[in-house]
Amino acid sequence: MSAIIIRQGLVVGEHVSAVADVLIVDGRIAEVAATIDAPSDAHELDARDCWVGPGFVDLHAHLREPGREAAESIESGARAGALGGYCALIAMPNTEPALDNVALVSYVLERGARTPLDIAVAGAITKERRGELLAPMAEMAALGVRLFTDDGVGVQDPSVMRRALTYAKPLGVRLAQHCEDEQLAAGGTMNEGALSGRLGLIGRPALAEELMVLRDIELVRLTTAPLHFLHLSTSRSVQMVLGARDEGLPVTFEVAPHHFTLDEGACASYDPVFKVHPPLRSPGDVAALRDALRRGVVDAVATDHAPHAPELKDLVFDEAPAGMLGLEHAAALTFEALGPAGDPRTFFQVLSRGPARIAQLRENDIRVRHSAHGAAMVSGEDANVTVFDPRSHWSVDRNTLESRSMNTPYDGRAMSGRVRATIAKGRLVVDQGLLT
Amino acid sequence: MSNEDERQARTRGLAFTAKSQLLTTDDVTRAVRRMAHEIVERNHDVVSLSIIGLQTGGRAPASALASILAEISGQPVSAGMLDVSFYRDDLSRNPLVTSSATNIDHDLTDRTVVLVDDVLFTGRTIRAALNALSDWGRPRAVQLAVLVDRGHRELPIRPDYVGKNLPTSQDEAIVATLEGVWIGTREPS
Amino acid sequence: MDRYEGAVVIESIRGRNLLSLDELSKEAIVEVLDTAESFVEVNRRSIKKVPALKGRVVASLFFEESTRTRLSFETAAKRLSADVLSLAVASSSVKKGESLRDTIATIDALGIDAVVMRHRSSGAALQVSRYVPHVRVINGGDGQHQHPTQGLLDAFTIRQLLSERHDTTGLESGAALFKGLRILIVGDIRHSRVARSDVAAYATLGAEVRLCAPGTLLPEDVATWPVTVASDFDDALAWADVVGLLRLQSERGSGAFVASLSEFTFTHGLTVERARRMKPDALIMHPGPMNRGVEIDSRVVDSSRAVVERQVSNGVPIRMAVLYLSVAGSGEGQTR
Repeated sequence: MSAIIIRQGLVVGEHVSAVADVLIVDGRIAEVAATIDAPSDAHELDARDCWVGPGFVDLHAHLREPGREAAESIESGARAGALGGYCALIAMPNTEPALDNVALVSYVLERGARTPLDIAVAGAITKERRGELLAPMAEMAALGVRLFTDDGVGVQDPSVMRRALTYAKPLGVRLAQHCEDEQLAAGGTMNEGALSGRLGLIGRPALAEELMVLRDIELVRLTTAPLHFLHLSTSRSVQMVLGARDEGLPVTFEVAPHHFTLDEGACASYDPVFKVHPPLRSPGDVAALRDALRRGVVDAVATDHAPHAPELKDLVFDEAPAGMLGLEHAAALTFEALGPAGDPRTFFQVLSRGPARIAQLRENDIRVRHSAHGAAMVSGEDANVTVFDPRSHWSVDRNTLESRSMNTPYDGRAMSGRVRATIAKGRLVVDQGLLT
Repeated sequence: MSNEDERQARTRGLAFTAKSQLLTTDDVTRAVRRMAHEIVERNHDVVSLSIIGLQTGGRAPASALASILAEISGQPVSAGMLDVSFYRDDLSRNPLVTSSATNIDHDLTDRTVVLVDDVLFTGRTIRAALNALSDWGRPRAVQLAVLVDRGHRELPIRPDYVGKNLPTSQDEAIVATLEGVWIGTREPS
Repeated sequence: MDRYEGAVVIESIRGRNLLSLDELSKEAIVEVLDTAESFVEVNRRSIKKVPALKGRVVASLFFEESTRTRLSFETAAKRLSADVLSLAVASSSVKKGESLRDTIATIDALGIDAVVMRHRSSGAALQVSRYVPHVRVINGGDGQHQHPTQGLLDAFTIRQLLSERHDTTGLESGAALFKGLRILIVGDIRHSRVARSDVAAYATLGAEVRLCAPGTLLPEDVATWPVTVASDFDDALAWADVVGLLRLQSERGSGAFVASLSEFTFTHGLTVERARRMKPDALIMHPGPMNRGVEIDSRVVDSSRAVVERQVSNGVPIRMAVLYLSVAGSGEGQTR
């Protein structure tokens, strides 16, 4: 593998950032210094005025394979991820059939190994994600699965969730929860409030999420097992988890770009591209999430990338499936939310280092041949690096996405900041904003 | 102009600016009287007439004609009003006008209908009126009385009784009421 | 239902879609009522037809079955001399899950000027209007969202009856008769598109609106509606000039929202005793079909029959007015 030399970008370390050259040889960061004499055959990457940091890690991507390849495949998802600056994706288990056993987990790991990225798997907590009987978490963990969730829905029965936490703890794996009480959510299609009433749509109240967050915080307290909260969408949810974390409970949380960029007002058009669970919330909730990002208290940004075949999003709002794309736009939206005073360290913390720690991808894993992610940007580390250009201005066109699907809510939106290059496991996968 | 006319004009989004007055109130009164005599002379039997004014410009002239005819002949004269908005064939050219009432309380069969309007121009309003009338019954004959004929016909329609013939150009506008006749322009308001 | 930020207020439906009454200004609503007056007159003639929409094609697309409303719209279109393409989609081969876009594209390929739509999902009419922007879309009822022509014909009926009582005409009165008029709406407001359209029309026209219903049948967001919630049904009945009853669907009275139909009648049914508390000349209205013995006692029905029959008969002139203003106002020949 030939060498890559990244010139004069702002190299964002865990504590300190400095303008420097970064030399990558044989899949590793060979050297980080003010100027480097690179080998003559090294590929030159001009990173002036750009940020250079650890490649992004998405804790939450729906790659739809097996079962719904018309919407996305592991391969097309990986390409979309690479364009978005991602070097590792965690594939969610709500495929058809669900990833609740070693055969299916192996299948996904094997398909993922053919992509340039590291594709890790989140296994299901319960069999078929039905929320009743525990899935073989130990067997799946032996294959390298470190995160388990029934995502799409949360585990509704508290006794099942308690048992799952108790079982998971000694295995050293982490559970993750989609917090929404399905009974309270009442089959709703958007946030419950004045707008849902006016539009004649059944609402999903914020309490449906907050009640389960509260419940699971207490279950963590009871079992002392670690838990990761997926896509928290309300101000109160974030407050509660921050409070629990401050108390020393082993909880982490992620926020999704759509929840800190769009609010429920988007649903007034009845365009199903804006339908998602948990739903787009009130402007106050959006402001609270953005504020938490800026204060640096958010553990991770995760895309909840949810592709759907175009004809499905052509249905009426009630009948269309929930979920929107995210991989290709998360970085720009995170950059925008952090604002002009945004610290590049926070940027890489929420997109890379935080998620890498939660997914236990900081060390390389020989069983699944995954490299290490969330690097400190020093020599010797695995070369998963993303170059981000904060001065780029561009706009989204749903027809030119790398994903097989088109359900992005940002079509036509003006964006600031773009991934210029993605180096996954030492290979240049994206250069000048395009796949190589 | 009456409130109704103003409402109609406003609805069309056009305001009339007068350039000069061509007929005074007295001129119009005399013309209407003369037309009434012509109607009697031609039709003899006033009882079998039906004086139908077209909304909205023909309403007042029709009323005036009907009462003068009753005065001259000493007999009651049947009258009514007809709204033709739903019968127009040129809706794309003329913006929708708010419809007004149609009020015809007698049978038109075997009667001679005298349609009355303020200004005769392209003839399309009269054509719409003929369509409308056919839904009301089968008159023996239909005649047409107008205060002003300004030319520029687009259909083979000719008036039987005219208050005043006024050659005009296409882009001029005419307002004709019982108070007088003005020429001017119509501009988007 | 207050005008939210960025709301487009429509001053006239001429040449425009009619999707929701909460987008219309007072002038727009009065224009429809005034135009409907002329069509009431047309409907009294022996030849109940005018050529206003001759040569235009109106498709009626009812994804949710409703013989009465569909016939009312189709009659209105025919009396305007339009050609009518009737698709009772609920009983056709279109299954749930077939794309709305495909269904409307198929019909549009036949060349239509307007579509009247009823669908069980809120927002369906707006979605269709985006697929075929050159076609005028008239919402005949979408999920729990709006039923604009029902709201309009209810307002028209009130204006008609009150102007007769005050010896004036609807045209002359404009919206004056609604100012301060006391209107009470009773029943399953939460799930009712008729309620949303009625409240929009009445409040915009200047009436004072109160709602009365069991707690579970009031909308979650009722605090943002331009209404007052009446806690005492009997007091509200004595206060009202107009009482609008809503149909309680049997599945709502099966225990999830209300214990039973008889429990609903006990708390909010218009029984004979309750009807006696009403003002002697108060109007009782119902969008139909009535559940006798549930929201209204049979004996009370007969005393309110005349008003309900007016509502039904006013449906055609109101729908003629809507089609005329919306379609004829679009200009000829644009879709052919």
